[in-house]
Amino acid sequence: MELLKQISFNLQNGFDEAVAELTKEAVEKQIPPDEIMNNGLIAGMNIVGEKFKNHEIFLPDVLLAARAMNRAMEVLKPLLIKDGIPVRGKVVIGSVKDDLHDIGKNLVAILLKGAGFEVIDLGNDVPAEKFISVAAEENAHVIGMSALLTTTMPVMKKVVDMAKDEGLYGKVKIMVGGAPVSKEFAKEIGADAYSYDGANAVETIESFFREDS
Amino acid sequence: MKKLLERLHNGEILVADGAMGTMLFQRGLKSGECPEGMNLSRSFILEDIARLYLDAGADIIQTNTFGGSPLKLASYSLEDKAALINRNAVSAVKKVVAGKAYVSASCGPCGKILKPYGDTDPEDIYESFEIQMQAFAESGCDVICIETMMDLGEMLLALKAAKKKAPGIPVMATMTYDPTPKGFFTIMGDTIEKAAHTLEEAGADVVGSNCGNGIENMIRIAREYRKHTILPLIIQSNAGLPLLENGELVYPETPEFMAMKAKELVDAGVSIIGGCCGTTPEHIRAIKKALGSNLSS
Repeated sequence: MELLKQISFNLQNGFDEAVAELTKEAVEKQIPPDEIMNNGLIAGMNIVGEKFKNHEIFLPDVLLAARAMNRAMEVLKPLLIKDGIPVRGKVVIGSVKDDLHDIGKNLVAILLKGAGFEVIDLGNDVPAEKFISVAAEENAHVIGMSALLTTTMPVMKKVVDMAKDEGLYGKVKIMVGGAPVSKEFAKEIGADAYSYDGANAVETIESFFREDS
Repeated sequence: MKKLLERLHNGEILVADGAMGTMLFQRGLKSGECPEGMNLSRSFILEDIARLYLDAGADIIQTNTFGGSPLKLASYSLEDKAALINRNAVSAVKKVVAGKAYVSASCGPCGKILKPYGDTDPEDIYESFEIQMQAFAESGCDVICIETMMDLGEMLLALKAAKKKAPGIPVMATMTYDPTPKGFFTIMGDTIEKAAHTLEEAGADVVGSNCGNGIENMIRIAREYRKHTILPLIIQSNAGLPLLENGELVYPETPEFMAMKAKELVDAGVSIIGGCCGTTPEHIRAIKKALGSNLSS
């Protein structure tokens, strides 16, 4: 357990080399990979996320911690797959068509990865069809969409409508966010959830999985 | 026209212009299109916007070059046209103001995150800003405004590039802060105190803040700046955070409200007051009118 605490500590401080080395050491010591992930890496990222939410730390610290997390996951991922341990959940994420703003979406992606989710980032300017086709191909659990412009918000409704047509509605949770987006708007178009910032997006997606289990 | 800095040091209060983006959209900019791309073929639109702000009483008019650094233009594959894009924008405003207002060349963030937090080398960001600053210097703007910076590191690279490539042209350096229960911070965690000291040391001529979360927060930001620097201050507030009303994006702060609060900015020691997202020529006209007794022209 001491080793996992050290992983968590080094991750919180953004020491990516140390996190990668300690993760390898934990694997060599036969600690199960899912235990390393949950009690080492995700435990550390949870603290980072909490401190970020409380303005105790800022974006640079989150970015460094996420980088350390990614280094460790490179070590763990093949082992998790080999053991048949499913990743925590798969999220397809992107800014909707004609929307080129991506700071908010990127932050959500970083925090989700940090929380142990598999994130498929489709980037900016993503058409409705793409969200649907990738979510179907990848058997994703969640579609996350961001918009900063009111003019691009109708694409969100189109994704919800297409999900209904394709029989994905209800199977894949749809979450929306971005400056002009509101809880009311999410409800109006039939999305499953709205989240107001990166930390809230992670909490919301975690709540989807609690509902299911 | 007297030199800008001379007037500021004499205690004059000047008014800058308001938002650019919404004006461009109203005049044919399509969503997803590069705003600065308009500088290549439709500079008459830039002249039109500059004229509206000049008529509203602005003493300082900004150019449509916020995203004009090659790194930023690269997301539209326009990086090779950077020099022309920046020069055209300055020329358009210069033609309209004809010496009646100062031409302020706008420079915004490059859109990349610096190493080690992101993937971009500081050298690449610096070189990109150098190209933009060189174009500003060649086209003869009166002042350069580096704005909406959220990373003091990137701000310093832009400031250094301005001082190198456009020596003699004054530089205004404005950052964007978020209110938190622990005070104001940029997304990257820089405080106003740190920014004030660092920017003054790096040679900024005017410092301040733009965009943000409404003008009342800006009054607090200005007071904090005033405690930590002797440089003239500039504040360009947005008209609050946008709300959705009947499917339309609406900025909550009216011209009357912002004009009333502008007086408090003057009391807080601000020398240049302008607008950001959601402000219109009507906002600028109202601010100019409200500050009438403070203005000496």
